[in-house]
Amino acid sequence: MSATSSKAPVGPLKSRATKQRSVWRPLVYVLLSLGLLVMSAPFLWMGLSAFKTQSELSASPPVWIPTEWTLENFRQLLDKLDLPLYFMNSVIVAVLVTVSNLVFCSMLGYALAKLNFAGRNKIFGLVLGALMVPGNLMLLPLFVLMSKLQLIDSYAGLVLPFAAGAFGVFLMRQFMQSIPDELLEAARMDGASEWYIFWRIVMPLVKPALATLSIFTFLGSWNNFVWPLIATNDPDKYTLPVALATFATDPNKAGGSNGMLMAGAFLIVLPVLVVFIALQRHFTQGIATAGMK
Amino acid sequence: MSTTTEKARGPRKAGAAPSPAPGGSRGRTPSMGVQNAAGWLFSTPFLVLFTVFMAFPILATLVMSFTDFGLRNVTRPWEANFIGFENYVNLFGDEKFLKSLFNTGYFVVVGVPLTIGIGLVVAVLLNNGIDRARTFFRVGLYAPVVTTIVAVAVVWRFVLDPSDGLIAGLFSEVGWTAPDFLGSEALAMPSLIVMAVWRNVGTVMVLFIAGLQAIPTEVREAAKLDGAGVWQEFRSITVPLLRPTLLYATVITTIGYLNVFEEPFVMTQGGPSDSTLTVSLNMYREGFNFFHMGYASAMAYVLFVVIMGITVLQLRLLKDNTK
Repeated sequence: MSATSSKAPVGPLKSRATKQRSVWRPLVYVLLSLGLLVMSAPFLWMGLSAFKTQSELSASPPVWIPTEWTLENFRQLLDKLDLPLYFMNSVIVAVLVTVSNLVFCSMLGYALAKLNFAGRNKIFGLVLGALMVPGNLMLLPLFVLMSKLQLIDSYAGLVLPFAAGAFGVFLMRQFMQSIPDELLEAARMDGASEWYIFWRIVMPLVKPALATLSIFTFLGSWNNFVWPLIATNDPDKYTLPVALATFATDPNKAGGSNGMLMAGAFLIVLPVLVVFIALQRHFTQGIATAGMK
Repeated sequence: MSTTTEKARGPRKAGAAPSPAPGGSRGRTPSMGVQNAAGWLFSTPFLVLFTVFMAFPILATLVMSFTDFGLRNVTRPWEANFIGFENYVNLFGDEKFLKSLFNTGYFVVVGVPLTIGIGLVVAVLLNNGIDRARTFFRVGLYAPVVTTIVAVAVVWRFVLDPSDGLIAGLFSEVGWTAPDFLGSEALAMPSLIVMAVWRNVGTVMVLFIAGLQAIPTEVREAAKLDGAGVWQEFRSITVPLLRPTLLYATVITTIGYLNVFEEPFVMTQGGPSDSTLTVSLNMYREGFNFFHMGYASAMAYVLFVVIMGITVLQLRLLKDNTK
């Protein structure tokens, strides 16, 4: 965990074009393609099943491609489940969580990376410690606390426990360490305040890191399940995963209709997949940065 | 604490008016005092949130675990009675808890090696055999990681459905009858493990790819010049140099699996006959369905101690081997 190995994360190293036409290569391609097929099968199954008719959904042997594509599953699902509402709840919570993480994690990341202050090492130790504590340890008193604060079934109750995460601090600190000290010293000599340096000099320089952190935080919030499950009783405040899980585990509601469930899963997973594919470089970068310490 | 006045004044003023050189020549050489104050000010929002929503709940869980905290105490916490170690003593006579502990152990012991092993193999294949399609495969294999677990669990329920699921269909094509994977005590947990491996292999793969790319090319080439085969290179170069990554991946996967909750919650609700009841799910039920919150807090702490113990053990074992 030394502070020295904080180089920018590895990009896609295309340079290693060792011209080794090994005999293994075709085998590698076959193996990986098989792996990819297995890995994507559940997604394909979901995406295609969402458009199948009832008879094709339960056909044996299974039908992969629907012969007549239908939106019936989506229509039925929307009848029973107020998806636009849950969608908006999820968006609002995820946006608030993301914005507050960007600001607060960057602030502490900057202090830890670039400000010499008494207690810095202790705070960094705290951040590392917080990374390791399982979230389940906090759920029970957090629920009691939120009940006392009357924040159950409120956006604040959903957002506050996630408003600043240790992972974000860690990530921002790693990136900010690579900013040369001379640059900041020069600004200080010119009389710039620390806030100005942070907001106008450092933040623009770490835009890639901010992008990575936004994606991670947004998706983390979007996919979060346990806390929203606990912190909401009123169906009007459910987030998408809670709404879908409640729907799926209640035999009276879904009535075992796999078509509706596949339509619901499709609607939740599709935006995430699209965002991920568009921005995949930031994902792998973030994971790699966190993993290299 | 001579910095308190600066702490209160300097940076806040700057925050309100973020303009350079706020007049005067006093700030020519930035004193340690200014940095000290700024450091604390920049740390404050995180520290406040951390204290209220993390440090306090962690301690409160510990306190609650020594009480009979129940439903009425949600509104009147101070009325909970201190009962010493009773909750902890009861836990270890509670068959259901012991079963959930066993189930969680099963999930970890089978799931972690599978996830790490497959992730490593895929990373090595991607790193050595393929240049052009690397991104394509990486994206495809990482996709399950980013998707909403609840939606994915719902999909897997359908995939495993004994009457009209995907696997049942594939079985019937070769004339077999598919077992009721999630309805069978013996098969429910292995099914959840397969799904967890499917979902988490991407994270491990990305970590290993980053680790592999950090290995200097010269080392590999030297090995090849010395006549090392693929397997030899893997064993004597790749694995030793990858050890830090291996350690990190193993630790985070283990911690994640010890906390497993969503998969059994959505797919099996802990059944059949508690065969997929994990510690986290058990804790959730005791705490939020039955409001035995003191008892559930004790469970949370037992799990926490187990996690810490295993993490420390892993750090020792895997680190000592290198040097």
